[in-house]
Amino acid sequence: MDEPLLKVEDLKQYFKVKKMQLKAVDGVSFTIRPNETLGLVGESGCGKTTVGRSILRLYEPTGGHVYFKGEEVTDKSIKHLRKDMQMVFQDPYSSLNPRMTVEDIIGEPLDTHHLYKNKKERYEEILHLMSLVGLNAEHATRYAHEFSGGQRQRIGIARALATHPSFIICDEPVSALDVSIQAQVINMFEDLKTSLGISYLFIAHDLLVVQHISDRIAVMYLGKIVEIADTADLYDNPLHPYTRSLLSAIPIPDPEEAKKQERIILEGDVPSPLHMPSGCPFRTRCRYATEQCSAECPSLTDRGDGHLSACWNQ
Amino acid sequence: MKPISDTLPKRNLLSSQIDLSKFNGTDFAPATDEERAQTDVMGRSTTFFRDGMRRLRKNPLAMISLVVLVIIVLSIFIFPAIVPYSYDQIISVNGVRDMGAKNLAPFHYSAMEQAYMAKGGKVFPHIFGTDEMCRDYFIRVIYGTRVSLAVGLFASLLVLIIGVLYGSISGYAGGKVDLIMMRIVDIIYSLPDLLMIILLSVVFNETLGGDRLQGTIFQNLGSNMLSMFIVFGLLYWVGMARLVRGQILTIKSNDYVLASKSIGTKSRKIIRKHILPNCASVIIITTALEIPSAIFTESYLSFLGLGVQAPMPSLGSLANAARDGLILYPFKMFWPALMIVLIVLAFNLLGDGLRDAFDPKLRK
Repeated sequence: MDEPLLKVEDLKQYFKVKKMQLKAVDGVSFTIRPNETLGLVGESGCGKTTVGRSILRLYEPTGGHVYFKGEEVTDKSIKHLRKDMQMVFQDPYSSLNPRMTVEDIIGEPLDTHHLYKNKKERYEEILHLMSLVGLNAEHATRYAHEFSGGQRQRIGIARALATHPSFIICDEPVSALDVSIQAQVINMFEDLKTSLGISYLFIAHDLLVVQHISDRIAVMYLGKIVEIADTADLYDNPLHPYTRSLLSAIPIPDPEEAKKQERIILEGDVPSPLHMPSGCPFRTRCRYATEQCSAECPSLTDRGDGHLSACWNQ
Repeated sequence: MKPISDTLPKRNLLSSQIDLSKFNGTDFAPATDEERAQTDVMGRSTTFFRDGMRRLRKNPLAMISLVVLVIIVLSIFIFPAIVPYSYDQIISVNGVRDMGAKNLAPFHYSAMEQAYMAKGGKVFPHIFGTDEMCRDYFIRVIYGTRVSLAVGLFASLLVLIIGVLYGSISGYAGGKVDLIMMRIVDIIYSLPDLLMIILLSVVFNETLGGDRLQGTIFQNLGSNMLSMFIVFGLLYWVGMARLVRGQILTIKSNDYVLASKSIGTKSRKIIRKHILPNCASVIIITTALEIPSAIFTESYLSFLGLGVQAPMPSLGSLANAARDGLILYPFKMFWPALMIVLIVLAFNLLGDGLRDAFDPKLRK
């Protein structure tokens, strides 16, 4: 197995909320290999975005280690690692400064890391990046509010590509776009992956999107990863009861087929992360829950072929 | 090309779906680049500033105010060069001091001046009359306006600089720093400002009065003016600081600030390039509204006798001096009062116009 590009070990991110501890991310570990896409799925508020931001040190992690290309990511090393790790944001409307032209938005990382010798080189690099994401040269002097959602997201992607990173965290980059635009943007992500050899951590809650783009998928529930597997393996043979219920919720565009499918409906709501259940966080909604589940939290264990799952009953 | 219908699953008999077998592949050919370019229709590129100025030009009240202000500013530069009198000069006719030119009504002449004019001499008319010390009142009002405007502009500039710096540091740093800095603001805010101004003015007059400013750049200002600036600098920035902090707190939560952080941009540059430009409109509007309030404060301080030093006039001290002969010489109160009203009203209306033009929430 080749050297992982990114290695996350037991990452913990707790927030203080009114003197209580909110365990947004609680002991998450995974690796991403070079030129691989890891999909990270889970419902709202399960800590997907926090994982991405903690890796980039936008939050100070409470515990755990992150290694990038073998080097530990710390407050000090992040300063030169930022060039190699970039992020694409969820909301293309708030992630671009309304007072800046497209040229300046894309040029900002170039300015910060001094990646050009003169004005002409800067401009040429910006035009190159814009053509890479399918924007015309005449868009350079326009402001962000003059663009549609899909075009804005392209600007955000061009900005992330500006420093030639080898790893990009995509924080729900398509969930704010409508379906036809989603397809365009996702295909672009795939093209960039093959042409530039980039790895992604692709955070999303749309399972079909994740299935399409990911090599491997990690499923998160309440700050913990409950299952990691290769994409095909996960969709064919889900082991964790939470993953199964998620997959059964994917709409099937054929009424005949959909009737045959058993829909696993979870009961109750997601517990508040301020009052986590003891043991396995999923046990309050799990139909297989036993006493062991409330006593002890299952850890991620290998079920063969790198298919990891955290459940006592499987 | 193979018909698309071959690749599709069999269609339900009762389905109202379009029968795709009637079409062939060429009907669904992808758009050419030219056709695609046609869908990229966009409005003319306008900047936020241009957009706001266009709206401001449509506001007649704001434009009239702007014209009035321009006329006032031009007149305080032009008239001192035209009128042959000076603000502290006692009127003399042909080198002889004219004791009769006291409290003249507008466009009236004293006995000495009339005698001089009868002999063929020329006397520049007293447009606003004269005061009790035989000085031309028009030029005194002009100089008073100059002083009041200067105080207003400099005071709001001070408020702008201190308030924006303090507010942006507090808002951006957040957490404990913000807490402590804002409590200091609260303390200053809770002090009764008139009392503080009077106390500070007295203290500064003591420490800076006399010849102590001689030879420094503040020599021409006088200790009273200087103490007034210091008072403004110490007390009036808190409102601006609060406002800027509040703005920054909302702007800070935008993803583009986070994006800039993830790129690795330094905090100082994030404040300068992302945060301040986005609250610039609010800052400009508040400064425009701060000017009349500073002029007003200066006027009432001068009215109370704490303002500029005699013989330098300000609109407030002129009004104060006019109180003595209010019934006999009401014009002496009228002119400075009119100037105060014009300036304050014009700045306020202009500030309102700016706010309507640049505040996105009020956009129609």
